[in-house]
Formats: sequence, structure tokens, C-alpha cells
Amino acid sequence: MTEPTKYALPVAVATLLALVPLTAPAADKMMEAINEYRELLADGNPSELVAAQGEELWKTRRGPKNATLEQCDLGLGPGVIKGASAQLPRFFKDTGKVQDLETRLMTCMETLQGIEPQAVIKAGWLKGERENMAALVAYVVTESNGHKVKVDLKHPAMKKMYDMGKLAFYYRAGPMDFSCATCHGDEGKRIRMQELPDLRTHEGAIAGWGSWPAYRVSNGQFWTMQHRLNDCYRQQRTAEPIYGSDVTIALSVYLAGKANGGKVVTPGIKR
Amino acid sequence: MKKISTLAALPVALLLALPAAHAADEDAYAEFKAMMDRSFKTTGIAPKHRMYQLDFQKACSQEKQPSKAEMARIEAEQMKTIRYPADGKYFGDWKQGEKIALDGRGLTWTDKTPLNNGGGCYNCHQLSHHEISYGTIGPSLLEYGKARGNTEEIIKYTWGKIYNAKAFNACSNMPRNGDAEILTEQQMKHLMAFLFDPASPVNKK
Repeated sequence: MTEPTKYALPVAVATLLALVPLTAPAADKMMEAINEYRELLADGNPSELVAAQGEELWKTRRGPKNATLEQCDLGLGPGVIKGASAQLPRFFKDTGKVQDLETRLMTCMETLQGIEPQAVIKAGWLKGERENMAALVAYVVTESNGHKVKVDLKHPAMKKMYDMGKLAFYYRAGPMDFSCATCHGDEGKRIRMQELPDLRTHEGAIAGWGSWPAYRVSNGQFWTMQHRLNDCYRQQRTAEPIYGSDVTIALSVYLAGKANGGKVVTPGIKR
Repeated sequence: MKKISTLAALPVALLLALPAAHAADEDAYAEFKAMMDRSFKTTGIAPKHRMYQLDFQKACSQEKQPSKAEMARIEAEQMKTIRYPADGKYFGDWKQGEKIALDGRGLTWTDKTPLNNGGGCYNCHQLSHHEISYGTIGPSLLEYGKARGNTEEIIKYTWGKIYNAKAFNACSNMPRNGDAEILTEQQMKHLMAFLFDPASPVNKK
């Protein structure tokens, strides 16, 4: 990760060492203050309000079929929410696909309520059915808080998605030549003051995967994992991933697989 | 793309003789490419074709770096892309350079224009004495000019590194600011001044 600029680097290191007493503690103090601020925020996570809306939506008759989502099967049987999102993505026999929480909720909305998946896919972030989706996600993931990530990588379809997710993680493209690994493929790195989880490792993956979806204090928005991944790609300067597309599922399986066994803290709270 | 044409040229008999595992890898990779192709769309100024890789991007898309020979081949190719200032002037205004270094915007699908991009330097590098919000993905460039002097060699090297970092390290994390038309020649001159000018906060406390 460090740029092997050959002769330039040793000089830079020497220079840095000479200046450490002046600059590094200032940055450390800033990091400390930011971390304290985050701890304070965690006491009153505004996701609770979004989750309450989601719970109401879950139990509300909607769509052409005028039905609730109470019979939705998130993998643990119809209507079982407790711990369900900690075990996603998973392979679903009825659709023949590996699905994450959001694509699975789209299936339930379609089959139970008659709401077309395109209504979610084509909506903007936090608008229309996509906003309803965020509320439903907040409700469901709250019910997995404290559970352990448990995805079955032995299932052939899951194994395949994991391998595809790994290829996607390292895939460099676009005008800036970035991949996920550019920012999340090394230990202890930052962008500006933002610490970056090393998503190649279990510790990094659980810190990242395990704390999303999350409420973002900086913009006052609740973001689903699809939203999080979409914005990662935006910052990579690639083309836009389609909502619920296979690359987003593959990356989710890769991250969840790395995070397997770690404790979920959802909804998370972010700067 | 070159690899594909080489493979196609191989006699069929030899292809059949390839180990089964290798053939399975090729199938999995073809499936992966198909997945990428159907997963992305054009939005705003970010066209779908951004997902199609350049040769070196593909070579650098693995857990491990390519072989030394492959790295050297890529670096030689990338070196040919570097354009030095036609007027021979390398330095603009360090104050404008500092703004460009701080500005991390540009080229996303929510940006209105592919022009007027920031350099995003602070995302990854420490640069000045007074800015403590800096990233650590790249090395610290604090006192860059003061530590290195201003010989023609170091000036040209630095220009080249900003223009196309892949000429010096094939799989560098640093974008090709000049080659990929992220920054203009004038913007890169401002950055050069920010790095080298003795009055710039990169060098002066």
C-alpha cells in the first residue's frame, strides 16, 4: 500500500520522524474527540424512529393484494424476524437465488402484496418504495442486534457468490483505477480523518458489515447496505451498480462470509 | 484483451490439454464478467463503459501483485503516456495548489461535469504543517520540497508521478491525474508549486 517511490520514501520517513512531535498528536487528539462523539451518539440512535415506522409498515395492508408482510419468510420461516438478517444473504429455494435482506424483502412485497420490484429499483434513495424499504430494513435489522453473523458458505450457490464477491472486491476500473481494496485492503488506514476497516480480515469485515445498515449523523439519514455499497462505488468513480444487482449480493456474501461468527451491532450509528 | 487473442491463437489440441481446474477458472471468470456486465448502468456523467478494464487495471485486480516482469512491462507502457509541460514551466501558484489538494470532488455520477475536478490529495497524503485532516493510504509528503530540493530530476519525477503514478509502480493506488484527464496541466502546475515552493505550508512552518 505504501507507494514504493524508491528513493523518495526513506527521505519522507526520515522527515516525518523529525516532525512527529508536532503533528501526530494533533491528529490523534482529533481522532479521540471523534470517537468520543460517536460513543455519545450511540446512546440515542435515531434509527429507533425509522425502525418504528418499519414495524408499522410490516403490519400494514398494502399493495394490489392488500396484504401485510407478516408472512414474509426471511429464511427462518414465515414471519420469523428475530435473528433473520444476521443470517443473510442466503440461498432461497423458492426464488432459486442468493438474496440479501433488501432483495428478499422485494420478493415478499411482490408475492404477498403485489408490489412490483421495479417500484423499489427505480425509486431514488429515501424516496417512494425505496424509503419504505429503508424503514422495513431498520425494523428487521434491529431484531438481529447482538446476534452473530451466520452465513452458510458451504452451499454451492453461496460459495459461488463468495468467489464472485472476492473478484468484485479487487476489481479495479474507472477513471481513478480504484477497487474496494484500494481503501479497504490494508490495515489501519484513513481517508482524511475517517478510519477504514480492512475488509480482507475478519475483524475489519465485522466492523464494517456488522455495523451497517446505519444511521448517518452527518446527513440525518438511515442507510441500508444497498445504499452503503452504492455510495462506495460512487466514490470509486465507477458506473452505478443497479439496486439489488448480483454484484451487490456477491460483495455482501463476501463481506458476511469474512464476518461470520462476529457480533452484529445493527442499526449502527455513523458520523 | 491481449491475453484473449493469444489464447485464441493456440491450437485446439493444446487447449483441450489444459488442466481441468484451469478451464473451470476461465468459466468462473467469464461468469464473473457477465455478472459485472448486467450489474452496472450509466448514470449522469458516469457511463457504464467505466466498468470495462484497461489491461493494467485487470492485471492489478488480484489479491497479489502481478509478477515483477509484468509490473515492469506495465510501468514501461505507462511511462510513455507522460506529457511534460510544453512551455517547460512546472510551477503555478501554491495557494491554488492547496485548494486543489483539499478538494476531493469530481467524476462521480452525482457530479454535473467531468471538468473542474479536485485532486483529492488530502484523502491519502499528509501535506502541510497546518492541515491535520489527512489520510494515510499514501505516504506523508510533509516538507516535500524542503526534503528533496529542486533538481531537474526530482521535479520531472514528481511531475511524472502526479501525471501517471502507474509509470513508477504498476499497481499504485494513486490515480493517473494527467493520463486519465482528472486534472488539467495548469492544475498539476499549481500542485507542483504547493509541493515545492519554500513559502508553501508544505515546506514552511
